[in-house]
Amino acid sequence: MRSSRMAAAAGAVAAALALVLSACGSDSSTTGSGTSTSTSSGNSIADKAKNDKALNIGVKPDQPGLGLQSSSGQYSGFDVDVANYVANKLGATKINFVPTLSANREAFLQQGKVDMVVATYSITPERQKVVSFAGPYYVAHQDILVRADNTSIKQADDLKGKKVCSGQGSASGDRIEELYGSQVNLIRLPGYGDCVNQLLGGQVEAVTTDNTILAGFAAQPQNQGKLKVVGTFFSNEIYGIGLKKGDTKGVTAVDGALRAMFQDGQWRAALTKNLPQVSSETPPVIGKFDIPFQQ
Amino acid sequence: MGDFVSSEGHTILLAFWMTLKVSALSAAGALVLGTVLAAMRVAPLPVLRTVGTFYVNILRNTPLTLIILFCGLGLGSIITVAEVQTTNYFWLAVLGLTAYTAAFVCEVLRAGVNTVPFGQAEAARSIGLNFTQTLRIVVLPQAFRAVIAPLGSVLIALIKNTTIAAAIGVPEAFYTMRNQLQSHGDIVIPIFAGYALFFVVLTLPVGLFFGWLAKRWTVAR
Repeated sequence: MRSSRMAAAAGAVAAALALVLSACGSDSSTTGSGTSTSTSSGNSIADKAKNDKALNIGVKPDQPGLGLQSSSGQYSGFDVDVANYVANKLGATKINFVPTLSANREAFLQQGKVDMVVATYSITPERQKVVSFAGPYYVAHQDILVRADNTSIKQADDLKGKKVCSGQGSASGDRIEELYGSQVNLIRLPGYGDCVNQLLGGQVEAVTTDNTILAGFAAQPQNQGKLKVVGTFFSNEIYGIGLKKGDTKGVTAVDGALRAMFQDGQWRAALTKNLPQVSSETPPVIGKFDIPFQQ
Repeated sequence: MGDFVSSEGHTILLAFWMTLKVSALSAAGALVLGTVLAAMRVAPLPVLRTVGTFYVNILRNTPLTLIILFCGLGLGSIITVAEVQTTNYFWLAVLGLTAYTAAFVCEVLRAGVNTVPFGQAEAARSIGLNFTQTLRIVVLPQAFRAVIAPLGSVLIALIKNTTIAAAIGVPEAFYTMRNQLQSHGDIVIPIFAGYALFFVVLTLPVGLFFGWLAKRWTVAR
């Protein structure tokens, strides 16, 4: 009697869980269709831009210099400038920026909540299974950010024995753990803003991740003159533009737009404006996703 | 999906081990501190009562996220508990969770004290026990037995609250889950469901155990 009641209770719990999950699923799909591409005639982003003249583009809301949403809702940064340029080349005049986090970029593309993602999106084999990438439009490198007066950290090896901060879920933090293990006194906080605050406050001596992200923080008005990017490279992070899986027509169109941006100087201008500390970089080769790292 | 479990299984287990460690240490700390606070709140000395009331009202009415961030990023900038950063933040998180949960333990215990008939304390005093002896030998044992089930609820809440320690870099279950979501954006819902199930596996036995204990140890009056 007792055990059968327990079993019934367990069954009820399972059923309730299933209900909640299915409710979640249907809910997200209905909100998805509200902003989705149902009005456009073709499946490709190239057709949608031509016909609807409107695109939803996923960008980071919290990365200064790359994609940052101001309190008034305006977006700025290198990714945002690239997104604007590409969307205009494709024929879209109305661009709706959607804040995306690293964790929901794939889901937003799959559900059609965004037509493309320009959000410090590193091209990796795992991601290529679920997303089609155009580009790359930038090759970033893992680098180190220190206080302006620091002279002891010049390369990755100098991090040994030092207090270092990196982001949760970032490849940069993983790389430090792989390379140095417990030799580097590493803490991983939810956002790089937290890390930069720890650096300014003196609790850590270095922050490490993509040089683009570090340069963005160093260029913020309140941090001017207080921080510097060391300029030592220890990886290639190949930023691509994410499109819905299988949209080869879209990839070709976006690649064309990027080539134009590289050639007419707009790419350089956007880089210098948003990320002055890394603007000496040259544009990458379109379609080359596998760029081995050389020290 | 199978790939995911085989490659990340070890990390997931480590994360839940961390959740357990944070929970157990905070629970022990909160039980001790909460008992002291409850004793203060029923003490005959007005100053003790005031301090106890003040503590409970501040901690109980402040969001836990704020407390944890204060411990990690605020207190952490002034004091260093351990040189290794991950250990340092681990203890700061335990401190925050202990301080917060103790307020709830205190209130539960105080409710328990109210279930003990007044005559019990009076009898204890009349045979010559002082306040601490009365509390320790007569009142608190009965009070605890009256509130075992609600203490179980506090413990369940604590286990779930440990997820907030991720905000200061403690690699517990929520931290690991969010990391995995970043690199496995294609299986977001299964990951959520898996972690939810894991938490249920942790907390359901706690509820059942405390319910059983409450029945077994109930004070017959």
